[in-house]
Amino acid sequence: MNLVWDNLPFLFKGAYYTLLVTIVSMFFGLIIGLVVAIARLKGNRLIRGIARVYVSIIRGTPLLVQIFIVYYGLVDYGLTLGPLTAAYVALSVNVGAYLSETFRGAIQSIPKGQTEAAYATGMTGWQTMRRIILPQAARVAIAPMGNTFIGMLKETALVSAITVTELLRSAQLLVAQYYVNMPFYIGIAIMYWVMSTVFSAILNAAEKRLSKVY
Amino acid sequence: MHVEVRHLDKHFGDFHAVKDVSFEIEKGKLIGLLGPSGGGKTSILRMLAGLEQPDQGDILFHGERVNRLSPQDRGIGFVFQSYALFRHMTVFDNIAFGLKIKKLAKAQIRERVMELVELTGLKGFEKRLPHQLSGGQRQRVAFARALAPSPQLLLLDEPFAAIDAKIRQELRSWLRELIDEVGITSIFVTHDQEEAIEVADEIMIINQGKLEQKGTPWDLYKEPNTPFVASFIGQSTLVEHAAALKGFEEESGGGSTQALIRPEYIEIGPESEFALLSATAGGVVKHLHFRGSEWLVEVEVGGQSLTTFRSLEKENLEVGQEIRVLVHRAYLFNEERSWIAENPLKRDPFSVII
Repeated sequence: MNLVWDNLPFLFKGAYYTLLVTIVSMFFGLIIGLVVAIARLKGNRLIRGIARVYVSIIRGTPLLVQIFIVYYGLVDYGLTLGPLTAAYVALSVNVGAYLSETFRGAIQSIPKGQTEAAYATGMTGWQTMRRIILPQAARVAIAPMGNTFIGMLKETALVSAITVTELLRSAQLLVAQYYVNMPFYIGIAIMYWVMSTVFSAILNAAEKRLSKVY
Repeated sequence: MHVEVRHLDKHFGDFHAVKDVSFEIEKGKLIGLLGPSGGGKTSILRMLAGLEQPDQGDILFHGERVNRLSPQDRGIGFVFQSYALFRHMTVFDNIAFGLKIKKLAKAQIRERVMELVELTGLKGFEKRLPHQLSGGQRQRVAFARALAPSPQLLLLDEPFAAIDAKIRQELRSWLRELIDEVGITSIFVTHDQEEAIEVADEIMIINQGKLEQKGTPWDLYKEPNTPFVASFIGQSTLVEHAAALKGFEEESGGGSTQALIRPEYIEIGPESEFALLSATAGGVVKHLHFRGSEWLVEVEVGGQSLTTFRSLEKENLEVGQEIRVLVHRAYLFNEERSWIAENPLKRDPFSVII
């Protein structure tokens, strides 16, 4: 276990990249998810169709395949992305599809009367969406969004396959250097668990605080 | 606002919800849309608001056709049956919302909101969220929010349906006073005739998508145009064969004519109370219900069951007692027409004009 202690700074650097990839991807995923959810609810037939196909493809294929398509596949079309950029793109696109379903469900759960009341009060469709529906939908979506975030935190391990030195890749490099497996893998498992637990606690607190509003 | 509706029609799939409805509402009137559930009242209200589009017909505000106008451009206030308060906003923000949309100055918004808070009796509740209010308070917030942008037409969809009886009674009086004070043209939907009679200047009776009659509560009660209106407003007993009623044998003109008889059309009592016995029929007291200020009496006359009231001042009757029954008038109707007929036997053949 001394090996783990000695190499903790290196593992922490890996954990930093894990968090960075998670947060950046989650940020862009939220934007994609929101746009796709609104497209599926409010768009014309063509836009709704495109959004539906996008969600279907992303949810129907493995994340690792998506990461490889972005990192290795796009090279065939003259688009070369760095490992970190490819990780951001692949994970954002992936999480965006899942979040779009979360948002769509949350938006649809808001009673129709809220929209009608907003119209009767003098609001346009977009004002209603921005100021009445989305603030309420956000409260509904907070729990599933939290689950998606924690799931993402663990799925970032897959980007080690394209040489992003996040937590798993850091451990793999140390294993290759010291020829011992268990201490490093147990060490990073504990680190993943601690990060997940901390974020779970933060999200639970946020959820409790927001649910008090109703 | 002067409101006019011409030949309004609405289908929901195969269901014909509103059938060729036309009416006019004068500026400043409070109108009750009254009728049974599923009759099309809410559909009419929602079309006026622009929340539903009519299949046919025109809606005119001040003579201007508004069919294509969105709800936000119609200058209406809408109070929903479920209140539909914005759950994430305080009372103050709920009321202020329509004003913020209009981009009014903060000071102006505050002044208007506080004026409405005062008017609706919500002082001290401005910082509360909807879930922290009682049903009656939520309803008041809904009224205040609808009134905030100074709409020209206020639409209320069963505004008291979700409130318990005692508070409903208080809110009715309050609403009547509020609308008188604000002086706004208002239309409210209800299936409670007592509510409509108490609150409305005029009532429109809607049944199965059709406008049966429009008029003051007294006009509808006194001169109903259709059997439905006669049966829906006030209490009445339906008699299948009007010819079975003493005095109406000729008037009813045969077996197919039915009669609706209101409690006040009937007089009952022992023989000693009647000067003209020839106009009365024999009956038996079947049930007596004490109503606090009077008796509600169910009488059987010639196989027909009739309901009437009897004053506490008069001699008490007993169940099973044989009495005399005089039907002063009846609302008669058949396939061709409907009319109110007086009992011809009431005319004393020996009366002398001096």
